[in-house]
Amino acid sequence: MAIAGQKKALTFQDLLFTLQRFWADRGCVLQQPYDIEVGAGTMSPDTFLRVLGPKPVRIAYAQPSRRPADGRYGENPNRLFRHTQLQVILKPPPVSVQELYLESLEAIGIDLREHDIKFEEDNWEWPVGGAWGVGWQVMLDGLEITQFTYFQQCGGMDLDPICGEITYGLERIAGFLQDVDSIYDIVWAVEPDTGREVTYGEMRLPEEEQFSAYGFDYADVSKLWNHLELYESECLGLLAQAKAMDAEEGVEVLRRKRFPVLGAYELALKCSHLFNLLDARGAISVTERVGVMARIRTLVVGVAKAYAAQQSALGA
Amino acid sequence: MAEFLFEMGLEEVPARMIAGAQAELERRVVGLLERERLIASGAAFKSFSTPRRLAVWVDGVAERQDDVAEELMGPSAKIAFKDGVATPAAVAFAKKAGVEVSALKTVETPKGEYLAATSVKAGRGAAEVIAAELPKELAGIYWAKNMYWRPGKPERFVRPVRWLLALLGGDVVPVSFAGYEAGRVTYGHRVLAGAEAITIAAPGEYEAALTKAFVVADVEARRHTIRKALDRVTRTVEGLRWREDEELVDSVTHLTEWPSVLLGGFEAAYLELPEEVLVTVMRDHQKYFALEDKTGKLAPYFLAVLNTQADEAGLAVIRHGNERVLRARFNDGRFFWEFDQRTPLKERLELLKTVTFQKDLGSYAEKTTRVRALAAKLSARLAERGVALDAAAVDQAAELAKTDLTAELVKEFTELQGVVGGLYARAQGYSEAAAVAIYDQYRPVSMEAPVPRSVEGSVLAIADKADSIAGMFGLGLEPSGSKDPFALRRAANGIVKILAEGSLPLTLGEIAAAATADAAIAGRMRAFFQERVEFYLREVRGQAYDVVTAVLAADSSDVRDALARAEAVTTVRGSEDFKAVSAAFKRMKNVLAQAKEKGIAVGGAVDAALLVDAAEKALAERAVELADAVEALRAERRYKAALEQIASLRPQVDAFFDAVMVMAPEEDLRGNRLALLARITGDFSRIAEFSEIVVAG
Repeated sequence: MAIAGQKKALTFQDLLFTLQRFWADRGCVLQQPYDIEVGAGTMSPDTFLRVLGPKPVRIAYAQPSRRPADGRYGENPNRLFRHTQLQVILKPPPVSVQELYLESLEAIGIDLREHDIKFEEDNWEWPVGGAWGVGWQVMLDGLEITQFTYFQQCGGMDLDPICGEITYGLERIAGFLQDVDSIYDIVWAVEPDTGREVTYGEMRLPEEEQFSAYGFDYADVSKLWNHLELYESECLGLLAQAKAMDAEEGVEVLRRKRFPVLGAYELALKCSHLFNLLDARGAISVTERVGVMARIRTLVVGVAKAYAAQQSALGA
Repeated sequence: MAEFLFEMGLEEVPARMIAGAQAELERRVVGLLERERLIASGAAFKSFSTPRRLAVWVDGVAERQDDVAEELMGPSAKIAFKDGVATPAAVAFAKKAGVEVSALKTVETPKGEYLAATSVKAGRGAAEVIAAELPKELAGIYWAKNMYWRPGKPERFVRPVRWLLALLGGDVVPVSFAGYEAGRVTYGHRVLAGAEAITIAAPGEYEAALTKAFVVADVEARRHTIRKALDRVTRTVEGLRWREDEELVDSVTHLTEWPSVLLGGFEAAYLELPEEVLVTVMRDHQKYFALEDKTGKLAPYFLAVLNTQADEAGLAVIRHGNERVLRARFNDGRFFWEFDQRTPLKERLELLKTVTFQKDLGSYAEKTTRVRALAAKLSARLAERGVALDAAAVDQAAELAKTDLTAELVKEFTELQGVVGGLYARAQGYSEAAAVAIYDQYRPVSMEAPVPRSVEGSVLAIADKADSIAGMFGLGLEPSGSKDPFALRRAANGIVKILAEGSLPLTLGEIAAAATADAAIAGRMRAFFQERVEFYLREVRGQAYDVVTAVLAADSSDVRDALARAEAVTTVRGSEDFKAVSAAFKRMKNVLAQAKEKGIAVGGAVDAALLVDAAEKALAERAVELADAVEALRAERRYKAALEQIASLRPQVDAFFDAVMVMAPEEDLRGNRLALLARITGDFSRIAEFSEIVVAG
């Protein structure tokens, strides 16, 4: 019994198309997924850096999100090492942001009058990024389908204006719409010429199996540490140069504009992902853990501050 | 007189904050109207709340404040008038008082003749006052967590404000807050009523208008509806009842505007999973009520409280969705359970080395070593005292107690720590005594919750908590004021409760001494424990402040004994004899204290030869007789009888104070009398320090 009633439930890709179309029609610019490993759509620079400063932003993008510790070798029907979020960023949030969100559910075939929907308190926090917000988990017939956050702080800086962030869990929603008990049974696409259904498992199961094995069993711990140190030192080097430039008088606009704060952010993200891998591998000892998190926080928050400084120096 | 209604529309407020905010808004609005003389005290009022609104209705609001006449004193008449002509001083005063110069009066004062005026402060209109004052009250409402939402961050509030409604009688009161000016419209249920504005003509129509729009604004009515619906839906399944859960009823009451109840089911095969896991998933994760049969055994059904109303077809869809989620959650639980069995608890000991307990106290592996040693000491102590316990099971439980922290099931359901370890220990063939001890190690989880069921579990629970307290105290991390980040008060309260409600012959002093080799830390722990015993006797056992002080002044280390003594004192404290003896003991204490202050020598033993007065002889004789009897009763812990014996000293005590002057001029007599008093207060203060008992009148 597909919940959308007589209509055929959306495929995974149609779900994504529909939500993207919905938000594009409401003024969001569609961005492509970020091509560095992130744990959540929030960590993409399209969220993490764009929420800083006064410039209005309306943007939406799908973001594959990697959480090595959540891998289950493809054995658990509800857990993934890598899942897909649809991220919508609205700065400042429109007054009707909740109503817009509810309309988006109607757009993907959920008739709200036939369901039970609740906004339950759920606040979000990413200590490593000095970021937090308040909001809700949106519950549809008992299923959490969306995280809705009013971003308050990022990189340890108060946001003004604040930013509304809507994060749809696409696998959850697709599973609900299609009424399947395993993520791997979700119909990803239907081939229009043959009518053949291509499943989520067909597209992604090997990846889940192999990356779970990599994260839990194969990743070379000492090399991961080496990678972490290399990325960290390069990131710190860039941050030091950014700081030096701030202290310098009469920096040319072009030089300032081309300074790669965005590059520094990618290096920080690499470190964050390596930390997650080491953690999944069980390689971070008690004494190290807090220290390593503090190191990554230095990078991530440092980049956010450098980005804000660069933007304000450029009068953006 | 008119009715006043104020409603604030909000994006969904966290359920846990609503009741407090509703009460505060009510208090602030009623307080404001009283302060501004717009309502008489005793005026009728009522408040409302749903996830999307807070509202207050008040009856009998005056249209305007009464004018208030006030006598003002001005400058001296000499300065105010020169040759009968008003000076600038008089003119300024008249202006200030709001009267004509001709209306100024003069009054005689001790300092001479002064100007005076009757100033009439015109009352303001109620709407004007409310519009000016209410926004400040709204801004002052306390929220546990706030947010900004408007550019420029003009205000912080729990969630964005979406509308305001303020009516005095039929008229809008222009209250402004958070960028909105109040009107006369409200909104109904998000889905059932849609986005259409609902116009409220007069305050009295509010509740009925919202009911039409699928909102029950009255919280108690909503709670009642939910309870009735839970009952009604449960009756559709033969022989079942829903598991009473006040907290969950409260939570769903604050999550809904138009509640209804749905019955769902799950495959009976899931009942093979431990009930603890099933209930945690249903209750804590899904906010479902569990159903049980007549024997209390879980049944394969649940009740979900919806924020909507649906017909049979709609309910089928919603039921299907909820059942699907629950099935996935249960599958997860089953998966974790099976996955965890691949690594037996014993093998997890190694993993504990990587789980931090506290950075300076090391890992849980290190904590395990300490707790084992402490538990072994306590077991040995209890065994010496003839307590039947399985010391090997205590040790086994202490060794494995923390291993479940590495289990996937505990990572998923953190509230089940300990419980999962106990279940795994049982499944892996450890003794029932060890399994139960592991299961109960975090008990009591609150002052209302049960203590460990077994002696072994009690020993482990005490050792675990005492180790945390000793460790943190050693680092100087003692709780102060409202700061108690490691929940050490709760840990100490737990120990006190286990001792008070269990049957372990252990004192707090022994526990502190066993938990640390450092005498200074043990001393601080004992002081900390004493505060917790005070708290327990007063707040949990309802003992009076003075009784607790009196009892603990005698001894605070043995919790059960302190409780028994407190109960005995409470039983006898009403008797006239006891009151009189308490008062007399206070007097004795004072006399002794004064003597000490003045450096007057108190004799050593009481010398019978120096007892010259008949009354003092009688007291001394009676006291000696009684001391033996009281001591015998005390040894048997027959405290009520002992106290009654002490109270029987009254005639002799009264006669003594009537006839005898303690501070006699003769040094030897005086010293001997003081010695007698010292002996009596000493002998009879081992149950309670009677001088601390407050005697009314």
